Amino acid sequence: MRYLGKKIITLIMTLFLVSAAAFLAFQIIPGDVVTSILGTEATPEREEQLREELGLNDPPVVRYFHWAADVLRGDLGVSYRYSKNMNEMMPVTELIGDKLPVTLWLAALSLVLIVVVSIPLGVLWAKSSSRFLDVSLGVATQTAMAIPSFFLGILITYLFGIVFRLFAPGGYVSYKQSFTGFIGYLLFPALSIAIPKIAMTARFLRNSMLTEFGADYVRTAYGKGCTKRRVMYGHVLRNALMPVVTFLGMIIAEIVAGSIVIEQVFGLPGIGRLLISSINNRDFPVVEILILYITFVVIFVYFLVDILYRVIDPRISEK
Amino acid sequence: MKKKLCGLLFTALLTMAVLGGCADGTGESSGDNSSVVGIQQDIDSLDPHLATAAGTKEILFNIFEGLVKSDENGNLIGAVASDYTISEDGLVYTFTLRENVKFHNGNVVTAEDVKYSLERASGLLDGTALISTLGTDKGGITSVDILDEKTVQVTVGSANTELIYSFVAAIIPAGSGEEEGADPVGTGPFSFVSYTPQVGIVVKKNPDYWQEGLPYLDEVNFKIVGSAETALMELQGGTIDIYPYLTDSQAQALKSGNTHQVIASPSNVVQALFLNNAVEPLDNVLVRQAILYALDKDQINDFVGGGTGSLIGSAMLPTLADYYKDLNNVYGTGANVEKAKELLTEAGYPNGFDLVIDIPSNYEFHMQTGEVIVEQLKAVGINASINAVEWNTWLNDIYNGRQYTATISGVTCDQTPGYMLNRFETTSSKNFINYSNAEYDEVYRKAQAALDLNEKAGYYKQLQQLLVDDAATAFIMVPGNMTAISNRLAGYKFYPIYVQDMSTVYVVE
Repeated sequence: MRYLGKKIITLIMTLFLVSAAAFLAFQIIPGDVVTSILGTEATPEREEQLREELGLNDPPVVRYFHWAADVLRGDLGVSYRYSKNMNEMMPVTELIGDKLPVTLWLAALSLVLIVVVSIPLGVLWAKSSSRFLDVSLGVATQTAMAIPSFFLGILITYLFGIVFRLFAPGGYVSYKQSFTGFIGYLLFPALSIAIPKIAMTARFLRNSMLTEFGADYVRTAYGKGCTKRRVMYGHVLRNALMPVVTFLGMIIAEIVAGSIVIEQVFGLPGIGRLLISSINNRDFPVVEILILYITFVVIFVYFLVDILYRVIDPRISEK
Repeated sequence: MKKKLCGLLFTALLTMAVLGGCADGTGESSGDNSSVVGIQQDIDSLDPHLATAAGTKEILFNIFEGLVKSDENGNLIGAVASDYTISEDGLVYTFTLRENVKFHNGNVVTAEDVKYSLERASGLLDGTALISTLGTDKGGITSVDILDEKTVQVTVGSANTELIYSFVAAIIPAGSGEEEGADPVGTGPFSFVSYTPQVGIVVKKNPDYWQEGLPYLDEVNFKIVGSAETALMELQGGTIDIYPYLTDSQAQALKSGNTHQVIASPSNVVQALFLNNAVEPLDNVLVRQAILYALDKDQINDFVGGGTGSLIGSAMLPTLADYYKDLNNVYGTGANVEKAKELLTEAGYPNGFDLVIDIPSNYEFHMQTGEVIVEQLKAVGINASINAVEWNTWLNDIYNGRQYTATISGVTCDQTPGYMLNRFETTSSKNFINYSNAEYDEVYRKAQAALDLNEKAGYYKQLQQLLVDDAATAFIMVPGNMTAISNRLAGYKFYPIYVQDMSTVYVVE
C-alpha cells in the first residue's frame, strides 16, 4: 500500500512539473495562436480582439493557474483551433476522445504482433543449434532494426498498397464506420511499427536465454532429472523474460506516445498527428492535455511493468 | 496477490477495448457518384466570415455564396443577387435578390438574411468587422437598407471600384452566426455533412441549387492527406481523385501511369525574394538592383517549377491582363553577373557581403527556390545562406515583426487588382518590406479614388513601374499549380483564384 501511495505522489508531481514546463515552452517559442489563426491577414484590431476573446491578455502565471484549476475540476477546455460547428470550438475531450482509440488500437495491435512473433522467434533462435538459422536470423534482425520505421512504412505502403493492392494507401476507415475495415487498415501501420521491435525483442530474448543457460540452476535442474523441455520453459525462459518485460514496457511507452511518424506516413488521425499540428498551431489547451496524457501513459506502463515483475518473479514482492 | 493483479491487468485491457470499440456500425457507403479531393491543411473555421486561410476558403466556396461570386474567368457573376447597380458616385449599391434561392435548411433567402449577413461581416452588428475590406472604418459598409422583399440597398463610406469583390462574402441565415451549435448553412451547390479535425470535411449535393442541373456529384469528400509525400501514393492507390498541389517530380511520376491527368494552371501566388528596405545593406537601392540582376529566374522556373510558372517583374498577377504591365525585361529574366558586380562595387561592396535568407520550412517550393538563389548570389560575390524557420515564427518575427533581411515566400492574392499593390504603401500594416516612397503613396491614393477603370489601370501600371525602378523587392514568379485529376472524373474548372469548384465535376463511365 505504501508502495502504491508513493507511486501516486510521484505521478502527480511529475504531471505538474511537465505541464508547467510545457506552458513555459509555449511562452518562449515565437508566435502564438492568434498569429497562427489570422496568418498574413492579421490586422492589429482583429489580433487584439481575438487575444481578448481567448483570454491571452492575462499575465502568464494567472493563465497557467486558471488552466490548472479548470483541469483539476475536470474541465479540459476547448481547442483554440478546431471548430465543432459554426459558433463553437471543439472541446478538448471530444477532440482527443476521437483520436485516442486510433492510437491505442494501433499500439495494441503492434504489441500483439511483437509479443506473438518475437517470443517464439527468440526461443527458437536460442534453442537452435543450426549455424545457418543463427546467421540468417542474425542478418535479418540486424537489417530490420536498422530500417527507420517511416521508411519501412513507405516501403509497406508501396508493396502492399500499390503493388499487391491489399489496402488503399491513405484510405483510413474510421472505427465508427466499420470496425473490421478499421483493424484491416491499422494492420499495416502496426506492421511497420512492429517489425523493428520484433527484431530487437527476439535478439534480446535470445541473448538473455543464452546467458541463463550457463547459470548454475540450469545444471541443478538437469541434475535432478528435469527434461530439456522443462528446463527450457519452466526455468530458463522464466528468468530470461525478466529483462524482456522491462524492454517491452519501454516499447509500449514508445509506441503509445510516439507513433507520430507512422501516423503521418499512413494518414492516421491519431494523437501523434494531433500533437504535431497542435504545436504548429500553438493550440495550447490541446498540447497540454496530450503531453499530460503521454506522461501519464509512460509512468503507468512502468508501474505495470513493476507489477508484472512480481507476477513473474515472486521473490521481488517477498523482499 | 497474484490473482488480484491479473484482475487489474484484465480490467486495463478491457478498458482499452471498450474505449476503442465504440463502433456503432452506422457506416454508409459513399456510392460511385462521389469524389474525394485531397487537401493539404486542416480548415481554420467553419464560419465563412471568420475563415482566413486560403485552404479553407477553397472548400467553403462550395457551401457558401455571396451576393456575387467569381467565375472561372475571374469575373464576378450574380449569385444570391441576380443583378446589381452601383450609383454614379460609387457610394450606393443596389442588389436585386434572385428569385427562390434556398438555404440548405430549405428556407428561401430573404432580404433580412442579406442584411444580417452584411452587417455581421462589416461590423455594423457588434463593432468588429469580420471581413476587413467591408469594415465601416475602412470605407466599407455604413448602412444596409431593405427597400422591398427583393431589393437591398447598401451604402458605403468611400467610393472604391474594387469594393464589389468583397460582396462575395457569404450570405447566411439571419441569426445563425449567434446560434448555439449551428452547423454551417449556406446557399452553395453542396451542403455541409460533417467535419472531423485532421480527417476532412464531407459535403453532399444541394438538390435545390439555383443553377439548373448543378451539381452533378452526390457527395464530395475533402480529405486531408497524410503529408505531401504520401499524397502521390494516395492518388496511385485510388484513395483520392483530385489533388491540386503536386510537385514537379510527383507530376512526372504520375504521368507515367495512365490513371490521372496532370494539368498545369497559373496559381494566384506571387513568389518573391522579399528584401527588407530598412536594413543594411539592402537599404541601398544599388545593392537591391545588384540582387535583381544576379537572379536567373529562368533557371529557378526550370529547376523548381518544372517550367510551369510565369515570371514576373513587379507586383501584379499576369492573369489580370487589364492591369498588368510586363516589366520582366528591366532586369532581365536571366542573370547579368557583370552588371551586378559593377553595381555592388559602386555601392561600396566590391567583395560582396553576407546575406541570410529566412524561409518558412514547411514550403518545400520556397526552400528549393532558396537553394537555387543562394548559388546565383554566390556567383556575384554575395555570400548568401538559408535559415529555415517554422511557419509561426515566420509570421511572428518576419511578417509581423519585420525582423529579417531577406526572405522567400509567396503572397496569395485575391481577385482585387490592387491587392498586391496596397501592401507597398508606406503606412500599410502589410508593408513588411518597409518600402517607402512618397510618389508611390501619392499615386496609390489617386488610384484608389479613380472611378474610371482605365484611369485606375493607368495608375496601377505606374505603381508597378515605381516598384521596379526602386528595386523594391525581387519578384520571381507566379508558380504554376499542378493538379492531378482521376480519369474517372471530368468537368473540373480552373479558377484564377484559389477555389475547388466541385459543382461542375462529373463521373465519366
